[in-house]
Amino acid sequence: MENESAVFFSRVLTELTLSFHIIYATIGVGVPLMIMIAQWVGIKKNDEHYILLARRWARGFVITVAVGVVTGTAIGLQLSLLWPNFMQLAGNVIALPLFMETFAFFFEAIFLGIYLYTWDRFENQKKHLLLLIPVAIGASMSAVFITIVNAFMNAPQGFDVVDGQLVNIQPILAMLNPAMPTKVAHVVVTAYMTAAFVLAAIAAFKMLKGSNHVYHKKALFLLMKVGLVFAIASAIIGDFSAKYLVEYQPEKLAAAEWHFETEKNAPLVLFGVTDGEEVKYAIKVPYALSFLAHSNPTAEVIGLNEFPEDETPPLYIHYLFDTMVMIGMFMVLVSAAYVLGKIRGWSFVSTKWFRRVIVAGGPLSIIAIEAGWWLAEVGRQPWILRKYMKVAEAATTSDHVDIMLILFCGLYIILGVGSVVVLRRMFRHNPIEQEIEDRKAEKGGDFS
Amino acid sequence: MTLEILGISVLWMFLLGYLIIGSIDFGAGFFNAYGVLTGRQHILTNIIQRYLSPVWEVTNVFLVFFFVGVVGFFPKTAFYYGTTLLVPASIAIILLAIRGSYYAFESYGSRGHKGYSFMYGAAGLLIPASLSVVLTISEGGFVSMVNGNPVLDYHALFTSPLTWSIVVLAIAAVLYISAVFLTWYADKAGDRKATKLLRKYALIWAGPLAISVIGIMFELSKHNVEHFNRMIDIAWMFGLSAIMFVITVWFIWKQQHYSWALGLLVGQFALAFFAYGISHYPYLLYPYLTIYDSFTNPAMATALVVAFVLGLLLLIPSIYLLLKLFLFNKDYIRGKKDHHA
Ligand code: HDD
Ligand code: HEM
Ligand code: HEM
Repeated sequence: MENESAVFFSRVLTELTLSFHIIYATIGVGVPLMIMIAQWVGIKKNDEHYILLARRWARGFVITVAVGVVTGTAIGLQLSLLWPNFMQLAGNVIALPLFMETFAFFFEAIFLGIYLYTWDRFENQKKHLLLLIPVAIGASMSAVFITIVNAFMNAPQGFDVVDGQLVNIQPILAMLNPAMPTKVAHVVVTAYMTAAFVLAAIAAFKMLKGSNHVYHKKALFLLMKVGLVFAIASAIIGDFSAKYLVEYQPEKLAAAEWHFETEKNAPLVLFGVTDGEEVKYAIKVPYALSFLAHSNPTAEVIGLNEFPEDETPPLYIHYLFDTMVMIGMFMVLVSAAYVLGKIRGWSFVSTKWFRRVIVAGGPLSIIAIEAGWWLAEVGRQPWILRKYMKVAEAATTSDHVDIMLILFCGLYIILGVGSVVVLRRMFRHNPIEQEIEDRKAEKGGDFS
Repeated sequence: MTLEILGISVLWMFLLGYLIIGSIDFGAGFFNAYGVLTGRQHILTNIIQRYLSPVWEVTNVFLVFFFVGVVGFFPKTAFYYGTTLLVPASIAIILLAIRGSYYAFESYGSRGHKGYSFMYGAAGLLIPASLSVVLTISEGGFVSMVNGNPVLDYHALFTSPLTWSIVVLAIAAVLYISAVFLTWYADKAGDRKATKLLRKYALIWAGPLAISVIGIMFELSKHNVEHFNRMIDIAWMFGLSAIMFVITVWFIWKQQHYSWALGLLVGQFALAFFAYGISHYPYLLYPYLTIYDSFTNPAMATALVVAFVLGLLLLIPSIYLLLKLFLFNKDYIRGKKDHHA
């Protein structure tokens, strides 16, 4: 017995919760690494500015973690509440990484508590930095484990179904599914990239607002270097993700590329709009799709015509794919220009308009994260567990999902607005110039 | 010991952990709000902030561990409880979310808004109340199968005296546990005024706790005879727990041996909680679901147990470090040093 409205509202509620959680989760994965880099640079160069950078980021991080934790708890429970049939099946095969994730959370939570409450408690600053390592590892491992679960949904393996019964279950094999390597790597690296560009956007914003303190300049240069490295890595691993799709989920790639017929010498479709299978206003790059998919411009690429109509994902994922890739390329260019410009002394990187571009980079990276996840999840439709279970079979049969959806909408509005207001107030009440003065007074002045 | 029993024991232990440290947290929020309303806030706020701030996220993970672990070890619970708990669990999530995030917002962002403290305190009592409904449902009689799907009968649930006595127990237990712990903590911090006030709260809430337990026993003997009889079989455990309770109250009354009182409190709840769990055996949900027919496959069970042991090896030293730095560190408790970022 399916309950159609329950299926519909369960989907909307899942989309809402995940889309909201992923913003805070991505920051939660990436920012500890940025704090670590800043603090490390500060200790090595014996430069208080970097230490202060780390300290102020850590303070803001507390707020985003709080929202990450509570929305994560929500999605964790919602998986069972909204998709009981799926979780019953998945629990048998892929519960292991979910369970391991809770240990990663534990580890992160404990050391984050210790780290935050032990500033200046140790004589040797390096000891304090050591406490941050488990936080960063814990956060990244949570992303790794949850992404493994998601990879399993895309490329299930490690079990057999005989007469409707699950047999021959191998939890480790299920974790090491073919989607896992590219997915995990792409998710983690894009989280680092996003964290770097979000923090860079803040520094650039402060400079636009007229602050000329070297503190912001140091922050911006450091972050753009880090961002550049991870942006390049994201693009390279993104290319591997596409090659994974060619091999294991060709219908997702075909829908994302509007590749309708299986053919050789396939062109790459950029932008455009569709009307059925009619593609208008698109740029077609000859041979490019074959080349990207198989590293061979004449190779054959599987098209949507090979799949039954009710098993192909919606075509709008093309827009999501274009959005993500364009943002990725754009950020590589922006950060490369900035880093090179700083080294070579090009003046345009210090102009107002370029700073505005950097400010835009923060929100753009988050948009790329959202677009990427929507591409990955919608591109798996209609399956929740590819080739084994459809979304409609997985959903709860309970009524009242619609009311819950309204309640959660309210919750996310409160959390979203609340976190922004609190963060702004926190830093406005304690501007960096003031804090540097305070620290000087405390330390007796050995401060540049 | 079978894997089924090992699995449920581990999960039950983590739920006990959540019960204790969650109660401390929830109760503290309530006492704080009460203090704000009656103008006695300055006595409590410091004590409460010092204890809660570094550990709040850890508290939450205990809960996450429990519900993830249950679906891992007993996947069928996702089907039965997932379908029936949509409303109560969603309400609990929303309350937890508001409470957890506002805690962070308030302690790091802006301090001292009355409306916050009040909402925060109220949420602290509503959360245990809504979570305790799960225990009531597990006793059976509120879930029926319709077209092969479990359906919860809200009317029966909310008109049952059993439901309400369990809700009262949950709230009384939260306030009692919290008050006893904070009495000990304030005493260690050398804060006389706070100790005196919290001691009074502990004594006040001991009464409703005892009465609600007796009420539940009475209701259960009518609602689920099978469970009640199994409880009688292990009455010694409940008896021992009751004795511990009496000694705790005695120590607090006499204003002495607060450390012992705290130890006995944990012992009391551990015994009662496990006695309840053992008498519930083998059912997870009367009469549909037992730990045997809902258990996962052996390969997954083994993998989970191995992961658990490895995880503990990582966790125990970390938790030890946390406690050493914050709970057992005299300078920190007394507020001599503040190293917050
Ligand atoms: C800052 C974010 C960001 C950026 C700049 C990119 N991606 Fe991405 N992409 C993600 C963030 C992301 C993601 C959110 O992390 C996804 C969603 C699910 C996943 O596995 O990673 C993703 C998924 C994803 C997938 C689908 C994988 C699957 O469904 O299994 C492909 C094929 C690519 N990406 C390819 C690329 C390419 C070729 C990029 C070139 C620049 C690129 N991505 C940039
Ligand atoms: C353990 C990992 C995950 C599980 C079990 C899971 C489960 C689900 C389920 C059940 C759906 C409903 C299908 C539907 O709406 O059609 C879904 C869709 C979706 N999920 Fe995931 N998901 C996981 C990871 C993620 C993550 C990390 C994100 C990041 C934001 C995400 C984003 C989405 C989105 C945007 C949809 C909407 C797809 C649509 O409209 O059809 N998912 N996911
Ligand atoms: C279906 C998908 C997901 C589920 C079920 C889920 C579950 C959770 C839960 C239960 C928490 C709270 C843990 C606590 O109490 O400390 C949490 C927080 C967190 N999640 Fe998610 N999560 C999902 C998707 C993701 C993804 C895709 C990422 C990373 C890219 C991620 C990264 C994190 C991080 C880092 C935290 C810690 C909080 C923070 O540092 O901000 N989660 N998640």
